[in-house]
Amino acid sequence: MTMSTPPEIVGFHARRTARWHWAEFAFWTVLIGCGLLFPSRYLIMTEIVRLGLFALSLDLILGYAGIVSLGHAAFFGVGAYSAGLLALHGIVGEPVLALLVAGLAAAVLGFATSFLVIRGVDLTRLMVTLGIALLLEALAERFSDITGGTDGLQGIVMQPLLGLFEFDIFGKVGFWYTVAVLFVLFLLARRVVHSPFGLSLRAIRNNPLRASAVGIPVNARLVAIYTFAAFYAGIAGALFTQTTQLASLDVFSFERSADLILVLVLGGTGYLYGGLIGALVFKLLQETFSILTPQYWLFWIGLVLVVIVMIGRERLHRWVLFLPRSIARAVRSGKTAAGGAE
Amino acid sequence: MTLALQTIGLEKQFGGLAVTRDLSLNVEAGARHALIGPNGAGKTTVINQLTGVLKPNGGRILLEGHDITHMPVHKRVLRGLSRTFQINQLYADLTPLETIGLAVSERSGHGSDWWRRMGTRADINGEIAENLERFKLLDVMNEPTGTLPYGKQRLLEIAVAIATKPRVLLLDEPAAGVPESERHDILAAVAGLPREVTVLLIEHDMDLVFSFADRISVLVSGALLTEGTPEEVARDPQVKAVYLGEDADV
Repeated sequence: MTMSTPPEIVGFHARRTARWHWAEFAFWTVLIGCGLLFPSRYLIMTEIVRLGLFALSLDLILGYAGIVSLGHAAFFGVGAYSAGLLALHGIVGEPVLALLVAGLAAAVLGFATSFLVIRGVDLTRLMVTLGIALLLEALAERFSDITGGTDGLQGIVMQPLLGLFEFDIFGKVGFWYTVAVLFVLFLLARRVVHSPFGLSLRAIRNNPLRASAVGIPVNARLVAIYTFAAFYAGIAGALFTQTTQLASLDVFSFERSADLILVLVLGGTGYLYGGLIGALVFKLLQETFSILTPQYWLFWIGLVLVVIVMIGRERLHRWVLFLPRSIARAVRSGKTAAGGAE
Repeated sequence: MTLALQTIGLEKQFGGLAVTRDLSLNVEAGARHALIGPNGAGKTTVINQLTGVLKPNGGRILLEGHDITHMPVHKRVLRGLSRTFQINQLYADLTPLETIGLAVSERSGHGSDWWRRMGTRADINGEIAENLERFKLLDVMNEPTGTLPYGKQRLLEIAVAIATKPRVLLLDEPAAGVPESERHDILAAVAGLPREVTVLLIEHDMDLVFSFADRISVLVSGALLTEGTPEEVARDPQVKAVYLGEDADV
């Protein structure tokens, strides 16, 4: 070993997982490149990026803390309606500020319901989360004087972003706004999952009993991440309202929560990019299949899911990444031979 | 004499079955105390009550004189009571570095830091390195725990418990299932535990018990049969009777 003392080596390896990988730079470059190359596709690309942010939120609780949810649309919906009401009644006019307020509203709901969700095991959690989302959908329908009922919120007009950029009809501002929000929240999530707090979540997902035996307050950590994820989902919902100027009951719908799980099945969990990649694949599949067979696209999505689960994502990744990985390995072995890092 | 760990009239029933019966244990500070007993004597149930995984139906548990009977698991750890597990309960896809890093972070009160990255505090890195070194895990610190040889996993089990800097350590069958070739490392690690740490050892392996313990309590059917020095216990006719009936354990 050319490196000096054990503590330094430990620090080096502990920080290594948090270091930026070249593939990550590539990912964000491609995303920005798409925005520049396909100006006619802003609307669909905005939808994908927003779905990616929403899936990132679910990944934080599912992939890191092991909390399953069939009702994540509850927070999306609260964020969406909050943003709509704030704009409609001119309470908070500036969109970025309204976005934060809507996110916080969802976080408050997340905090309040987390105590129900952290109890019990997976099946209980599925039912409780599903129940909360259905409950909110029913409430939104019942209080139609506030929410507009089945018609949704009508006549939302967005003020210019930061007082400078008007939302345009082609969705250009909406797209770059969504990308910017995703990037900032992604950086924050990346920071959090590589912290001691993030590591303790992985320990809890692995083995809650053992986690408490090394002194981790399991319930407090689960409440914290659930609230944090609800904030993210609320932001995604608020982006939906702000970029489409719509908020209707389907923001709470069961399909929205269920789709999100499909997205994570497609993209994988526990490495932050799963939701973003999954969102892209999901939307592409949806587009392709609905062009091929407008009525039966769900059949094809279903088939793809069954195949993925049967083959296993690990194996698929190995097949897809076989060539790029062997190149990377060749490059790396050349480098270590020259440098001798250890 | 001061007591590090004490139970007073501990009772536990599962339905109609009494698995801990009026158990009063006294573990002196700095002791090497062993809790032995035949299969089904309720040793693991006692550990689970001491650590807070199970709630006793009656009686009290005192840690250094403080009543911890109703304290949650993680608070007992932060107060200085740690354990190892009989069957490996490690994090399969975390590395030894991360596993010990977690324990050290929690103990030093930095476990809830969500903004600082792992590996950026020199004091914590130092402590992690010290533990990895002491338990001969430096060379495998970046391997996922699930892929390590069984003996290394058992060492990590002890290392994690020590990383929480316990004043009382419960060792639940540390050598169980370890192949002969790796046994020496485990025994050396157990023998090399810091003297100021009080150890309560739960063990089947009589060689280990008699070479390690300076005091032995014998548990039979959830109740204390006898207690004394290793010589006293070895001579006790009741203990002989219990173990002759269970010849597989001797």
